[in-house]
Amino acid sequence: MKPLERLKQWFGQHARSAVTSLGQLKRRPAASFMTTAVIGIALALPTGFLLLMDNLEAATAGWEGNPRASIFLADGLTPDNQRDLLERIQRFNEVTATELITPQAALAEFEQHAGMEETLALLDENPFPAVIVAELNAALGTLAADQLITRTQALAGVDQVRVDRVWLQRLTAVLQLANRGTVLIGLLLGLTVVLVVGNTIRLDIENRRSEIEITKLIGGTDAFVRRPFLYTGLWYGVSGGVLATLILALTMALLAGPARELTTLYGSGFRLIGPGVGGTFTLLLGGILLGLIGAWVAVGRHLAAIEPQ
Amino acid sequence: MIRFDGVNKRYPGGNEALRGLDLHIAKGEMVFVTGASGAGKSTFLRMIPLLERPTQGSVVINGVNLGRLPKRRIPFLRRHIGVIFQDHRLLHDRTVFDNVALPLVIAGRSYQDIGRRVRAALDKVGLLKREKAYPITLSGGEQQRVGIARAVVTRPPILLADEPTGNLDPALSREIMALFEQFNQVGVTTVIASHDIPLIEALGHRRIHLVEGRVQ
Repeated sequence: MKPLERLKQWFGQHARSAVTSLGQLKRRPAASFMTTAVIGIALALPTGFLLLMDNLEAATAGWEGNPRASIFLADGLTPDNQRDLLERIQRFNEVTATELITPQAALAEFEQHAGMEETLALLDENPFPAVIVAELNAALGTLAADQLITRTQALAGVDQVRVDRVWLQRLTAVLQLANRGTVLIGLLLGLTVVLVVGNTIRLDIENRRSEIEITKLIGGTDAFVRRPFLYTGLWYGVSGGVLATLILALTMALLAGPARELTTLYGSGFRLIGPGVGGTFTLLLGGILLGLIGAWVAVGRHLAAIEPQ
Repeated sequence: MIRFDGVNKRYPGGNEALRGLDLHIAKGEMVFVTGASGAGKSTFLRMIPLLERPTQGSVVINGVNLGRLPKRRIPFLRRHIGVIFQDHRLLHDRTVFDNVALPLVIAGRSYQDIGRRVRAALDKVGLLKREKAYPITLSGGEQQRVGIARAVVTRPPILLADEPTGNLDPALSREIMALFEQFNQVGVTTVIASHDIPLIEALGHRRIHLVEGRVQ
């Protein structure tokens, strides 16, 4: 046979298997839909969690500029003492900029906030301590930050040191943990997809046992017998992937409103991130791959056992 | 075309179906295989498309020693052997046309080619008008003829039939046998296992009588 003819035959056989297996699924719409739904949900869950993580990371990214340390000074320091401290802190390698906020300046700033004026008027004296705000090197690690805190704390006239990035680092750590957890759950759900497809196709093989026997009897190769089942797995993967995409899109649509409200309240320009073209493509590809693997497992285990009698 | 040399077949459990079977069927021959139930007729037929393998001895089909045929080549051997079963072995969820087309689909023929050959085969067995029917709506004789059309649609050089007239009345049986003779006349080596001694004798072809797994 000429190579071109062989290629044509190959395409013909595959197209036929693809269409036939799709027809088989269409003949049992309820069963097919249930399998598709399981796959779609199993794919949508971990993807949704990963999107949630991405969104949280994006939402906190704006706050992740240079870490800042607030150094509260002890009461009763003279302005000269305060300037002296300011200069010493300025000389630390880790510090890029400093600013001294005197109690008067702090009071003035707070008085601008509505409602604060009356509250502050009730107090006998200025409740604010003098604060030195130090901008720190962005590359500062947790350990170096701790050392800096200890060193600054040791200076005479320093009451308390707070590095405002600590909670952010904790959040990042929590997000990392959640990300890892999501990946693990994703792997388990991926395995679920493989098992569901595998089991569905195993039943399919059982139901079509006589057809398989007859096909082998009249000269059908293993590849010929295998092909429609592999395409069934592929179709389950495709439809599951599409359903997962729809579920995610619907969820996004439902969450977009409340998310916008929330970000408006926080005055941030954050927008909900969807899976995007790349993500959707990956989701579909993942579905197809898992469907094919499931089909392959079922076919490998059960088809060889069927020999014509 | 078909050569058996000292073929033994012992099933698990000790039942010996064939005991040193030696026979040769020439190309283009038409042969009837007779014998009581359990004489080894079915086992003999099943060895030709490698549905069974001998415990001992050699089977050579068209110059190919089946003992040395790798498993992956078996489908291609079967494509050269048309097999007709007493229970027809049709796919009940497919039309007559699709049933007959299956061997051509397996062989990867083009759609035009499939349509042409299937209709030719159905015409030959007189079922051209039933191509859209489902097997379940056909009579036993018609189902058998669908099975025959499927076996000959690829024009195999060898045709095997295991009790093809087992459930048919004498008139239908004669019709079916006449069909086999027609295929034989165009050069197809035809081997038929049958109980129907009067019909076989009336047709007058070579007869191989098996007794306890041997040619008598």
